[in-house]
Amino acid sequence: MMLLEARDLNHAIEGKALVSDAGFTIGSGTLTALIGPNGSGKTSLLRLALGIVPGDTGEVRIGGMPSGELSPIERARRVAYLPQTRPLVWPQPVEDIVALGRFAYGAALGRLSPEDKAAVTRAIAACQLEGFENRAADTLSGGELARVHLARALAAETALVVADEPVAALDPRHQHQTMRLFADMARDGRGVLTVIHDLDLAVRYADRLLWMHDGRIVADGPPEATCTPDRLRSVFGIAAHVRREGRALRLDIQGPA
Amino acid sequence: MTRVLATLAVGLLLALLLSVTLGSVSLPIDRLLAALAFQGSEGDELVVWQIRLPRALAAAMVGAALGMSGAALQGLLRNPLAEPGILGVSATAALFATFVLYFGFATAGPLVLPLAAVAGALLATLVVALAAIRTRSVVTLILIGVGLSSFSAAIMALLMNLAPNPFSLADMVNWMLGTVDNRSFADLSFAAPFMIAGALILLMSRRGLSALSLGDEAAEGLGLDLRRQRLAVIIGAGLATGAAVSLAGAIGFVGIVAPHLVRPFLRYDPAQLLVPSALLGGLILVLADIGVRILPTDSELKLGVVASLLGAPIFIWIASRRRLA
Repeated sequence: MMLLEARDLNHAIEGKALVSDAGFTIGSGTLTALIGPNGSGKTSLLRLALGIVPGDTGEVRIGGMPSGELSPIERARRVAYLPQTRPLVWPQPVEDIVALGRFAYGAALGRLSPEDKAAVTRAIAACQLEGFENRAADTLSGGELARVHLARALAAETALVVADEPVAALDPRHQHQTMRLFADMARDGRGVLTVIHDLDLAVRYADRLLWMHDGRIVADGPPEATCTPDRLRSVFGIAAHVRREGRALRLDIQGPA
Repeated sequence: MTRVLATLAVGLLLALLLSVTLGSVSLPIDRLLAALAFQGSEGDELVVWQIRLPRALAAAMVGAALGMSGAALQGLLRNPLAEPGILGVSATAALFATFVLYFGFATAGPLVLPLAAVAGALLATLVVALAAIRTRSVVTLILIGVGLSSFSAAIMALLMNLAPNPFSLADMVNWMLGTVDNRSFADLSFAAPFMIAGALILLMSRRGLSALSLGDEAAEGLGLDLRRQRLAVIIGAGLATGAAVSLAGAIGFVGIVAPHLVRPFLRYDPAQLLVPSALLGGLILVLADIGVRILPTDSELKLGVVASLLGAPIFIWIASRRRLA
């Protein structure tokens, strides 16, 4: 089933094209990594695809419905979105922040339904935040806070999760745990689209890579088919060896090309 | 939550009772209660119903409107230092009132001054609301408010500068300092509908304030209609603040201090903050008004002056202690 279909997305600000002629689909049961160098338009592409920023052209269908016909609440029940910047102003307890993920289901803090509470508990467990429930946000480390925000996105329990650099602040163990969690979600029939800069993690866990360069999607396919030394050089400007170990790919990045 | 609400509600009722008890005519509790129930002497009833009760209720209503508006604006702008004044609503309302005083329109009828204040507040609200539709940036919104505020203050200073005689100048100053002296039930009944409408709009949109604590982008991802949320809070706070200014003139800092004090007891949730902030705002102003009346000064202290004397240091303290974002 198609969870997200974007066609012909274009967006320019003051003559500078952020996204050009971009199109892609996300089906259920896949973990897709959106990769590309800084400023290649990954975050803009996600915002366009979710309708948070109106594009200049293009068509987006979410769960089969044109996104323009979906109310913000209906969209939020189909896609959970974790933005790259996550500014918090109030030192709220962790469980309240996670519970905000239930907003689209009418949840109000202090009056959560049993279903909302259960979803919050599951999300906290999935992000290994047990014991943190009553910690104030301003007492957490950057990595812990990143996991709280991820738990917030997961608490919506949507068919599709779109995450912008969810693992950037995490330690290696939690990076792998998060990617494994995404892979498990995909195996259970859900869809995950995540921006990630760690190419090792991307090729190790993702079913599919979306390569972005200068606002365009320049390649789209499984890591084995798309991750080549030539492409790493042309997109990221790095010199790297790509080895195959059984079914898995291994990258050996040597440095700037 | 319930305990905070109950404590504040009881506190506000006690403060109102105390406020009605105090005054130049000493009124024992039995005569006071009799007068409240229309069973007292004519003189007692006059004192209670014409002088003290309207004054105490005006302080409570103004404090509540400012407290709730402050809490809502802080939630919307994600800034604990925001207050009704920040959108320029108070200043524009004050300007319009000064305008009718200056040109002597205020003598045309008792409703001219309040009407002008509300009109000013609504105009400022409209300007900011139009800007809110155009921009997605909260900082821009704040800056527009600051600009509007400064512009109103400048025109006000110009009017005072050119004031034709000391009497109209004294009138303007008196009113700008902020007071609930000499308010009648007629004044209250004119302001109340605006305050109630504003409060209802704010209460209906409060859940979105919770979502906004994650930031605008995440809140939109959660399913919040950002433009509608901004409009609702700006119009709600504009109505409530305009009505408050029409009743008491410019009274600052209640909108900052009240939400700040109750926030830790409500797990910092901007939505649950609204009603307790209103109750505490009312309580603070009723107490401050009692203080104004019992302090032995030659000319009576103005409520707005006391509120600023207490509020400004707390403002600086809050500003210097921010940690997140």
